[in-house]
Amino acid sequence: MRFKIYRYNPEIDNKPYMQEFELDNVTDDMMLRDALLLIKAEDETLTFRHSCGEGVCGSDAVNINGTNGLACKSRCSELKQPIEVRPVPSMPVIRDLVVDMEQFYHHYREVKPYLTVKDPVPEVEFKQTPEQREKLDGLYECILCGCCTTSCPSFWWNPDKFRGPAALLQSYRFLADSRDQATAERLQELDGPYRMFRCHSIMNCVNVCPKGLNPTEAIHSIKKLMVKDLV
Amino acid sequence: MSIEKLERRRFDTLVIGAGGGGLRSALQLAEADAHVAVVSKVFPTRSHTVAAQGGMNAALANVLPDNWHWHMYDTVKGSDYLGDQDAIEYMCRAASHLVYELEHQGVPFSRMDSGKIYQRPFGGQSQNFGGEQAARTCAAADRTGHAILHTLYQQNIRAKTHFFDEYFAVDLIKDKDGFILGALVLEIETGEPLLIEAKTTLLATGGAGQLFRTNTNAHINTGDGLAMALRAGLPLQDMEFFQFHPTGIAGKGMLITEGARGEGGYLVNKDGERFMERYAPHAKDLASRDVVSRAIATEVREGRGCGKNADHVMLKLDHLGRDVLYKRLPGICDMANTFMHIDPAEEAIPVFPTAHYTMGGIPTNRFGQVVVPVDQGEESIPGLYAVGECACVSVHGANRLGGNSLLDIVVFGRAAGNDIKKYLETNRHHRQVDEESVKQALAHLQRWDEGNDGGDGSESVSGLRAELQKTMENYCSVFRTEEVLQEGLDKVLQLEKRMKNVRITDYSKVFNTARIEAMELENLIDLAVATVKSALERKESRGAHSRIDYPERDDVSWLKHSLYFKEGYRMDYKPVTLKPVTVDSFPPKPRVY
Repeated sequence: MRFKIYRYNPEIDNKPYMQEFELDNVTDDMMLRDALLLIKAEDETLTFRHSCGEGVCGSDAVNINGTNGLACKSRCSELKQPIEVRPVPSMPVIRDLVVDMEQFYHHYREVKPYLTVKDPVPEVEFKQTPEQREKLDGLYECILCGCCTTSCPSFWWNPDKFRGPAALLQSYRFLADSRDQATAERLQELDGPYRMFRCHSIMNCVNVCPKGLNPTEAIHSIKKLMVKDLV
Repeated sequence: MSIEKLERRRFDTLVIGAGGGGLRSALQLAEADAHVAVVSKVFPTRSHTVAAQGGMNAALANVLPDNWHWHMYDTVKGSDYLGDQDAIEYMCRAASHLVYELEHQGVPFSRMDSGKIYQRPFGGQSQNFGGEQAARTCAAADRTGHAILHTLYQQNIRAKTHFFDEYFAVDLIKDKDGFILGALVLEIETGEPLLIEAKTTLLATGGAGQLFRTNTNAHINTGDGLAMALRAGLPLQDMEFFQFHPTGIAGKGMLITEGARGEGGYLVNKDGERFMERYAPHAKDLASRDVVSRAIATEVREGRGCGKNADHVMLKLDHLGRDVLYKRLPGICDMANTFMHIDPAEEAIPVFPTAHYTMGGIPTNRFGQVVVPVDQGEESIPGLYAVGECACVSVHGANRLGGNSLLDIVVFGRAAGNDIKKYLETNRHHRQVDEESVKQALAHLQRWDEGNDGGDGSESVSGLRAELQKTMENYCSVFRTEEVLQEGLDKVLQLEKRMKNVRITDYSKVFNTARIEAMELENLIDLAVATVKSALERKESRGAHSRIDYPERDDVSWLKHSLYFKEGYRMDYKPVTLKPVTVDSFPPKPRVY
């Protein structure tokens, strides 16, 4: 099986290049992460992040044949050869497939991604009906891999100002939570031409999310809340 | 890097590891206005707590009658009486409060119609001290660890905890009086070392599942903190007790939560027989993990395994119905689909016992203080704490109950945070750093610089690691004997020797994962020796340590904790704390499910 992998070591290389590898021991059920590990066993200098190997830690987001995804959830035998692996787009490359995610994390922190409760808390749990809890499904499962945000053209244009789909999904995760008491502040934070309104429903985020989440829908829901807040 | 040029930072307290234990502790301290640094080799939400599925035990009694004392009994029995009963009482009493606290912090627990937190039955749980099955495991679908880890990270963002993301901890810094004064860490992105001086250091670095070839663990679970403790001259406790989870996906290792059986799933052999009825007539598929894992291994050994190699059994879930399955266990449905092309609503999942959890670890008391034996008693190491899977309190003893690990990390993360606060009140100033200790730590790091490494360079990190994992799987697995363990010990000691010949082929400074993996392998090799040596010496069967040549539990000779020291591969032992804090002791009795 043939691979073309983006290589760049700032200490050695003047510019990035694509390196070809061939593996003859890729089995039918192997994921791209397994293949990258086989290559790394031969060439220790190949650098990528990965950890859980089952799509829950969100470390190994890469660009595979032009589309973002998790290496550990992408089956080699289902990918067109040579399998082209690049770092996720629009982020500064540190080395090979490893990018600097700080901008992504910055936007995440900026939406104040934590439950905010102003009233005194009960001595037991807050009550929440199964219907109220169901509103969090499709939101709380985000693994912060960055596949969505780094595939979003609006983010490519305004990476410093547009929060991006992951952070906006996270904002809605708390807006949708019956326990949260910071709705007004959250909506206000997202107002203005850039932070949220740069989203043009291109929906790349939805197409690439390895957890099957729908940030575009979450953004629409935030807009609806804003309208409701106005009238 | 010379010692003069070494960058130094000072904090009140250093937390190494950003899983649930480290983050819960950091939160406690940040909220108390302590200056906290959290060092993690991965971005915090990539820590392995994220992969915990089924839930967290607490006797909330939301579904069935329950109280903390029953939970305590189950935990003591589950530990095969090796757990320390003071720590177990403390944990089970604190459990409900900590679940409510997590809920208030935002954890999206699943709910019942009453609006209360949903709880599911898990293995080894009973009502009324060994009676009917209890339902004690608080769940956020089958993504409870993810929900808890993300919430704790989010709360630390609110509390403005200082994070050092993608820094690898190399070694503890220790002075002549035995105080721990921080750690030497390595910034992975730049390759630069950094000395973090701290009045207290908390190890929360997780387990060492990467010791075994097939495991449920993440690539990062290399037991770094345990090995750092060994190198600092501290012992590791009860390392022979390694949990094999009954239901890892056969041959691959991904975890299928015990919650799958809690929700009504069951195991079958090649004849379609529900074989657990023979091994645990009362609890059946919800017996303790060690019991279920042995049963599966026995079925396979005796030729009743499934598949063309008869090397696994099947976990049947299809009878639960698609709606229930995808609602309560969405994560494992996704996993079975992705990795096996199996829809659990249609067909059974092939499973086999898979290396899962390090019961042993750095010996601590119930305040999270690291303790070592002195004369007849023990004393704490000033400035050093450990919590979670890298610690051995010991609440899990010889076998951990499902749902008790998420509980362990938050209970003792908080307890250690509280004790550190007290320590900081009476130790207000940084002690002088021992430069000799810093030199040693730097030398350890420089072992992997060009020209310093690798003897003849005849070995590679990936080659040696693969051999180590295979050796552990073949010689230190579910069933053990003197002969096999002795052979295993010889082999891991050989690997330890061969480590000297490892050379890496990447000397870049920027994001050098080859060097990190080399240091992780050093750690794993130390822990492999600790595990096999402790297992060889314990001549009885207890919990997860099952000796074919000593099939019975022996409370007369072996109701004691093992302590392994790296120097001279020495073993020592200390008594089990059978006396709880306030209630009567649960004396050892035969353990049947």
